[in-house]
Amino acid sequence: MIKRLRIGLLHGLFTLLIMLLAAPAFAAIDLGQLMDSLARHPGGTARFVEKKFLAVLDKPLVATGEMTYTAPDRLEKRTLTPKLETLILNKDLLTLEREKQKFSINLASQPEALAFVDSIRGTLAGNRAALEKNYALHLAGTEDKWVLTMLPREQKIAAIVLRIVVSGSRGQVRSIEYLQADGDRSLLSIEPIVTP
Amino acid sequence: MKRTTLRALLIWLLAMLAGSVIAWNSRFSADMSFFLPAKPSAEQEVLIEQIKEGAVSRLLMLGIAGGDAVQRATVSRELRGRLAKMPEFVSVQNGEAGSLDNDRDLLLAHRYQLSPSISAERFTEDGLRGAISDSIDLLTSPAGMLLKPFLTRDPTGEMAALLGAFNPASQPASQEGVWASRDGERAMLLVQTRAHGSDTDGQAAAIQAIRSHFAEISRSTGASEVNLLLSGPGHFAVESRELIKEEIFRLSLISSLAIIAVLLFIYRSPRLMLLGMLPVVSGTLAGVVAVGLVHDTVFGITIGFGAALIGESVDYSTYYFMQSGRLGAQAWRERFWPTIRLGVATSVCGFGALLFSGFPGLAQLGLYALAGILTAALATRYILPDLAGPLADRTPSLSQTMIDRAITLLQKLRWPTLILALIASLWLLNQRDNLWHPNLSALSTVSAADSIIDGQLRADLSAPDSRYLVVVTGRDREAALQAAERTGRQLDRLVEAGIIGSYDNPARFLPSQATQAARRAALPAAEILRERLGQAVQDLPLSADKLAPFLQDVAAARQAPDLQRDDLNGSNLALAVDSLMLQRPDSWSVLLPLHPAASADELQIPAEQIRAALVGSDALFIDMKGEFDTLYSDYLDEAIKLSLAGVVGIIVLLAFNLRSPRRLASVLLPLAIATLFVVASLHLSGQRLHLLHLIGLLLIIAVGSNYTLFFNRADGQSALNPETLASMGVANLTTAIGFGTLGLSSVPVLNAIGLTVGPGAVLTLLLAAMFVPRETAG
Repeated sequence: MIKRLRIGLLHGLFTLLIMLLAAPAFAAIDLGQLMDSLARHPGGTARFVEKKFLAVLDKPLVATGEMTYTAPDRLEKRTLTPKLETLILNKDLLTLEREKQKFSINLASQPEALAFVDSIRGTLAGNRAALEKNYALHLAGTEDKWVLTMLPREQKIAAIVLRIVVSGSRGQVRSIEYLQADGDRSLLSIEPIVTP
Repeated sequence: MKRTTLRALLIWLLAMLAGSVIAWNSRFSADMSFFLPAKPSAEQEVLIEQIKEGAVSRLLMLGIAGGDAVQRATVSRELRGRLAKMPEFVSVQNGEAGSLDNDRDLLLAHRYQLSPSISAERFTEDGLRGAISDSIDLLTSPAGMLLKPFLTRDPTGEMAALLGAFNPASQPASQEGVWASRDGERAMLLVQTRAHGSDTDGQAAAIQAIRSHFAEISRSTGASEVNLLLSGPGHFAVESRELIKEEIFRLSLISSLAIIAVLLFIYRSPRLMLLGMLPVVSGTLAGVVAVGLVHDTVFGITIGFGAALIGESVDYSTYYFMQSGRLGAQAWRERFWPTIRLGVATSVCGFGALLFSGFPGLAQLGLYALAGILTAALATRYILPDLAGPLADRTPSLSQTMIDRAITLLQKLRWPTLILALIASLWLLNQRDNLWHPNLSALSTVSAADSIIDGQLRADLSAPDSRYLVVVTGRDREAALQAAERTGRQLDRLVEAGIIGSYDNPARFLPSQATQAARRAALPAAEILRERLGQAVQDLPLSADKLAPFLQDVAAARQAPDLQRDDLNGSNLALAVDSLMLQRPDSWSVLLPLHPAASADELQIPAEQIRAALVGSDALFIDMKGEFDTLYSDYLDEAIKLSLAGVVGIIVLLAFNLRSPRRLASVLLPLAIATLFVVASLHLSGQRLHLLHLIGLLLIIAVGSNYTLFFNRADGQSALNPETLASMGVANLTTAIGFGTLGLSSVPVLNAIGLTVGPGAVLTLLLAAMFVPRETAG
């Protein structure tokens, strides 16, 4: 039960993290360069629209809100519709607040979760070695329209998510799609809020 | 030997034999009940019950450290597998996957009996629409992912409501699929023993079983670097009993050997030395027998205290042997015995007051000391002279002039001593508010290292601490559960208002039959539900034809029998229900542990607000720590009052016997000053006084009154002779040895007595010599 909840939280977290991979433009489709650009990214705030395609429902579910990344280790995802919800990753502490309930999980002592989070952190920090430890990375497309596909190497992670596809234009992540093991799918589109 | 002597000896032997039989059959215990009140209030009764039998008192926390994470997890699984099969353990949890699936399946199967959201309104068209769209909204959240698999069976989201009761925020961390400490360095298990917390033997056996299985497992799995950390109330009880046992043995051995050596040196006769121990043995046995007969259980601490009393009871034979040498037994009985008798009466007065204490530990110590001293004195008076026969003059060579010089020197210090005493009393008066230790922890035998481990394991496991409880009672299980549900609604309002964080209620997992019937009645018939559901989901993304499992489940729930306690067998829900419900001879009680709001200062709960909220109901709010502190301060107040009463008794007794205010003053003054100096020096050394220091002070008076009375002979005629002085010197030495050894103890209770009486006895002798009236000083 608890494990499922954690997995649920991790889904959300993953989406959140991938979404924030906004990075400066780079000329060639080269993983090393992408990582360098990502490493230099200081963070910021973005609007998001998340669509979930669930087999059991006739229509996709839509959620919207804002998310903020503060380098190096704080992430916040605030869902505004349909229900207020706040998901925060502060260092290793993952907190979910919804209505009056609040759950906290310390990821430090959970290797599966940590592998998952570290991969995302690796991406944010441009840490290619950390990423490749758990995921096979495939970068394709052009500088203006690139697609980074991540496939879990570990069976334990594959039981949560089959594939993660991040696409963007130059330094800007435009969408993240993740495919769950049960065939349900989630698509997240993001629009950075440009602060003057 | 004369016939009367033979008869006295026979009576004594028979008494000793009977005493041994009684002592042999007495129950000895080293558990917390030493500290528990004899006549508890309703709140205290709950406290006692929790300490002796409560679920928390039966919890043992295990940590597996060392090795690597995989080894620790392997050992944890294997250990759980083995222990869970043993009848000694009610539950063994280590967070293994699958161990909670059973609970989830139970909740799912019985959700329409268990969910607090079930009402007729929820199954109207509007109610269904609201509930289902809430569930769909929840799917957008990560938290909804765990409910997704059940959506078609449970579109109204009853599982979400039920899982809230599980409070997953307080689950321990996990590693390699089993519970781990927060830093990931230990695998963690939580074990509940079948043996009660007060059953120290049962706890010892359970702990032994855990340790030996652990040792076997670490051998067989080759994980030799792993080691086991263990803590919990049972562990403390076992450790404390071991410690007290070990110390009593060690310390009484040391003090007996030292006292025997002193006596051998003085008497230079093994026979006299052995005879000298006769009153000691008699007194010790009499103490155990008296306590065993009156209190049924003899506490380990009482025995330890008895070990120190050796140093006091040996005095009587010392007085006899050393004082009667020149005079013969008959003259001793005439001249010295009245003084000793008065000294004994003084002690009896002091300790007799403690018999009225509501604190069983204190009452036992009082009874033990009283019986022991009285018996030792009587054995000296009636058995010893005849057994010993005529004695040679055993006075060690103390010259009269040396004694006089020493006393004169001491008496020159009278004024400085009085001034010092005045300063000490003013200082203590000024410090009176922080003289005493404010709580019972002063008496705890738990070592600092053990207490640190306990704190770590507790934090790692988020182990339940049941400081705050609400207790409701009913004549049977149903009535108690209904009362718990009523109180639960009052507590819900407190949670809503943020006054408390949450609370546990067994009625969540085992609702009363009345509540179950009401929930069942709220479920509509199949055709009605189908029609309403069709309308309700019209504008929702979930189509009615996918919800057939829901219709089936509701139809089944309408026919389902009441959920019974036995339906929960083998699950954690059963454990929760059982540990929170207590069957009494003619009633049932339900415990509702309260958890503080996250924002609360030091995790406190505002007691007044809870009590105010529960006014008008039979529910009882208990702050366990508060109860404990109140209990202790009540004990302390009572003990101080009783001791003062004892002191008043002593003064009256002495006044009646001495018939002279001047004499009375010179007997009491050294005792008062000695007590004052001992308290002042304890306080100066940073010790906070507790109950056992108070006992120590009473002992100073008991022991010291002999000295002051000898110096201040009731008959007032003879000068203090060298034999008497020497006998006091020896008696003082043996007393200082007996109690001084206790000062070496690491058991705070014993240590306190030792540190108080050892120096106090020596001090009293010196002060008695200093303040001896001049005309009797020779």
